[in-house]
Amino acid sequence: MSLTKTLPMAAPRKNKSTKPKGTKTLSFQDLILRLERFWADRGCVILQPYDIEMGAATFHPATALRALGLKPWRAAYVQPSRRPKDGRYGENPNRLQHYYQFQVILKPSPPDIQELYLESLYAIGIDPKNHDIRFVEDDWESPTLGAWGLGWEVWCDGMEVSQFTYFQQVGGFDCDPVAGELTYGLERLAMYVQGVDNVFDLDFNGAPGKDKVTYGDVFLQGEQEYSRYNFEAADTDKLLTHFRDAEDECKALLAKGENGDRHLMVLPAYDQAIKASHIFNLLDARGVISVTERQAYILRVRDLAKACCAAWLKTEAGGNAHG
Amino acid sequence: MAELLLELFSEEIPARMQARAREDLVRLLGDKLRDAGLEPKSIKTFATPRRLTAVVEGLPARSLNVREERKGPRVDAPEPAIQGFLKSAGLKSVSQAEKREDKKGDFYVAIIEKKGRPTSEVIAKAVPEIVRGFPWPKSMRWGSGKLRWVRPLHSILCLLDGKVVPFEIDGIKSGKETRGHRFLAPASLKVKNFKDYAQKLRKSFVILDGEERASRILKDARALAAKHKLTLVEDEALLAENAGLTEWPIVLIGSFDEDFLGVPPEVLTTSMKAHQKCFSLRRKDGKLANRFVVVANLKARDGGKAIAAGNERVIRARLADAKFFFDQDRKVPLEQLVPKLKDIIFHEKLGSQYDRVQRIWKLARELAPLVKADPDLAERAAILAKADLVSGMVGEFPELQGVMGRYYALEQNETPSVANAIAQHYKPLGPSDDVPREKVAIAVALADKLDTLTGFWAINEKPTGSKDPYALRRAALGIIRIVLENGVRLPLRRFANQDLIAFFADRLKVHLRDQGARHDLVDAVFALGGDDLLMIVRRVEALGKFLDTEDGEHLLTGTKRAINILRIEEKKDGRSYDQAPDPNLLQRPEEKALAKAVDEVEKAAASAVAKEDFAGAMSAMAKLRAPVDDFFDHVTVNADDPRLRENRLRLLNRIRGTTLTVADFSKIEG
Repeated sequence: MSLTKTLPMAAPRKNKSTKPKGTKTLSFQDLILRLERFWADRGCVILQPYDIEMGAATFHPATALRALGLKPWRAAYVQPSRRPKDGRYGENPNRLQHYYQFQVILKPSPPDIQELYLESLYAIGIDPKNHDIRFVEDDWESPTLGAWGLGWEVWCDGMEVSQFTYFQQVGGFDCDPVAGELTYGLERLAMYVQGVDNVFDLDFNGAPGKDKVTYGDVFLQGEQEYSRYNFEAADTDKLLTHFRDAEDECKALLAKGENGDRHLMVLPAYDQAIKASHIFNLLDARGVISVTERQAYILRVRDLAKACCAAWLKTEAGGNAHG
Repeated sequence: MAELLLELFSEEIPARMQARAREDLVRLLGDKLRDAGLEPKSIKTFATPRRLTAVVEGLPARSLNVREERKGPRVDAPEPAIQGFLKSAGLKSVSQAEKREDKKGDFYVAIIEKKGRPTSEVIAKAVPEIVRGFPWPKSMRWGSGKLRWVRPLHSILCLLDGKVVPFEIDGIKSGKETRGHRFLAPASLKVKNFKDYAQKLRKSFVILDGEERASRILKDARALAAKHKLTLVEDEALLAENAGLTEWPIVLIGSFDEDFLGVPPEVLTTSMKAHQKCFSLRRKDGKLANRFVVVANLKARDGGKAIAAGNERVIRARLADAKFFFDQDRKVPLEQLVPKLKDIIFHEKLGSQYDRVQRIWKLARELAPLVKADPDLAERAAILAKADLVSGMVGEFPELQGVMGRYYALEQNETPSVANAIAQHYKPLGPSDDVPREKVAIAVALADKLDTLTGFWAINEKPTGSKDPYALRRAALGIIRIVLENGVRLPLRRFANQDLIAFFADRLKVHLRDQGARHDLVDAVFALGGDDLLMIVRRVEALGKFLDTEDGEHLLTGTKRAINILRIEEKKDGRSYDQAPDPNLLQRPEEKALAKAVDEVEKAAASAVAKEDFAGAMSAMAKLRAPVDDFFDHVTVNADDPRLRENRLRLLNRIRGTTLTVADFSKIEG
């Protein structure tokens, strides 16, 4: 297979801007800053992205692990999400193999969580009396995390702008109290707010004239290169070895961290589970995992995630007080 | 007479769950009230995305006193039995029970008197029980609470004749307040009664009644379409879903680039419906227009311009995706997709879709002559029938399976009958769906369903009770309908074992019963061991008509009498009487006439059956009525002379044998 694909994406596009009227266009980075400010003002810890590749912000230990246990927890953060299979060599105006999610996790979920979420939309300039904001059923399940919850996709004028989930279980353990998770698809939201049809046209920095930087300026080359890597170049033998290494290390760390009714090394072990999950996604994109094997791999990652969650519940942050 | 108004106000209830929830609420409220001795005049329920409401009319102010007697054990019963009885009846000692006497002696009776209670008390106890046990298909917890509801429950309005019925569920206190539309009228509303409630909601941009919302959407959408000289592509499920997603539905029209009209209309309609819940529109010439109708949940300040524009943008992206799949798919011939079916596991014990295709094309070839189809075309269609399962489009929209295969096949210059068979071989999809009509399609449709059934039968995965995860009942019914509606002669035994044939018999019974036929007649005909569904149904029809005549009715009575006598006597004697009667032992004229008649009728009926003239067979059978009646009127079967008795039993056996030419009369009721 050739390493260069030059097929132009022929999506018909109208140039007429459809951005919401009466709002000053937010740049991509301003959108993030506004959301961070908004949730910081509501008592959230503003975290920085986790430094390991992952498929969704839910994998961040600030969500996946902190959702378990009795301790209250409120956090918000941006997380790059990698979905190797979604790469389109930068040719599709809507699909990316690397994109950003803005994640909010509130435990226990407050009674006014829907109102808080809607206020965050107002804060980025969406007027609820001029737009059609809807909560459309969408049950969430992560087979690799052994997690599920009920909630909605949030639609704004037919566009899915967020996922809204009440976690019921993570790693096979009941979430009690229940955490509410809000996941904003930042590119989509920005495309909506800016009224652009191609993600690469997003105004990234809001600077005027030739100082303006677009999303494409920042990420187009990456989309092209990583698509080649994900689909064509990644060494599958090495990936298979990495998968096994991560799996083995995760189990080894979980064993070494056992200390009576406590656990002393959950977070390093969980890092390995995240790695295994991402390597599996890469192998999947490379097309070397058959349909039957697929399920087996998912179960192997889930076993790691479950074991980490069980260990987490034996830690201080997981709610196990000394004594 | 009092009115109860109950509203359970929550976060957004999935549209698909609202109808069931309304039914469940009617049932549960009704049960609780009646259990307490309160008989309401009517219970009505309503659902919007954010509320589940019931109004009960005609409630008495309090429940009646109820006196119940419960019979207990005999007075000399073992102590544990007596103690158990006292406990279950709520009595402290035997002195509180009455003693009564019957034929067998004395026994205890507990008199349980339930005092009538104020209705509000009954409701205050019933509603929390209903809420805690509500049968949502999926429910959840939230915050730090323990309560489960479909989504977080925020408030409960509960008024009996305008007064709050006080109770508390997991920290939620009942009250008299609700809220209007989430964005247009979010303030709290105090409510007096149902009329006031419905009116205030309407003023607050909430139409309580889902059917009213649906009819408003339909009316407005039709009018909007007409204004643009278009017609609405109506879709009941989509309408109901939109009514379940809105409290204040407003229809808007949007458009998309005409270039997309090059994509098959099914794709456009499915994409707009599945992803965006939008309706398609048709032009005067019947072709799809580049317009759509979207249902918003509010009247926007700008008249809906921004909402329509936003939806247009999403639809454009969706259709661009669909067009991309369509263009990509067309680059690869269907034939080249077939090996990829190896990656799709059909069932772990039955192999991949590829394995199925190999079986189906052989079956389709074998079936082709039976339906007068060209075997080569049937084979070709069967080989390509599943190829679109690995196309990009069907990956995105599974409901387009078959439809896409047909388009791709036509594009690749397959014979039209082959292309049509690809689309139609899944049919009929349900009782109201059409069956395939073209010969090649019939062959492939039968092969597909037969392979499914024989496969699951071979690994012993049959439907049980309400469980039928592989839709095998639907497959069998599909075969039955294809065969009957196309007049196909299908010798099932060539393809199915006896157990599977019995399953077909069962499904056929259900099918014929749905059409008003008697199921016992199906049994009576199936008992003959036939395996040709079409002939079985023809026989059943002829038999049904015959039994409606006086001759038929009498012959049935006579034959059943003969069969009963034989059964009793054969059992008594421990032997059967299946030899031919001895003509020399026939004494009475009625005996002689009957012996002659059975021979003639049997011959005539058999020859009519051989010609598949079942009406003729029944007319022949009618000639047996008079001799049988005469025989029973004048001849004693259990004669003193054992030789005569045996001969007469043999004659009875001939009646049974002759009627067996058309049906097993012993299986017919009446």
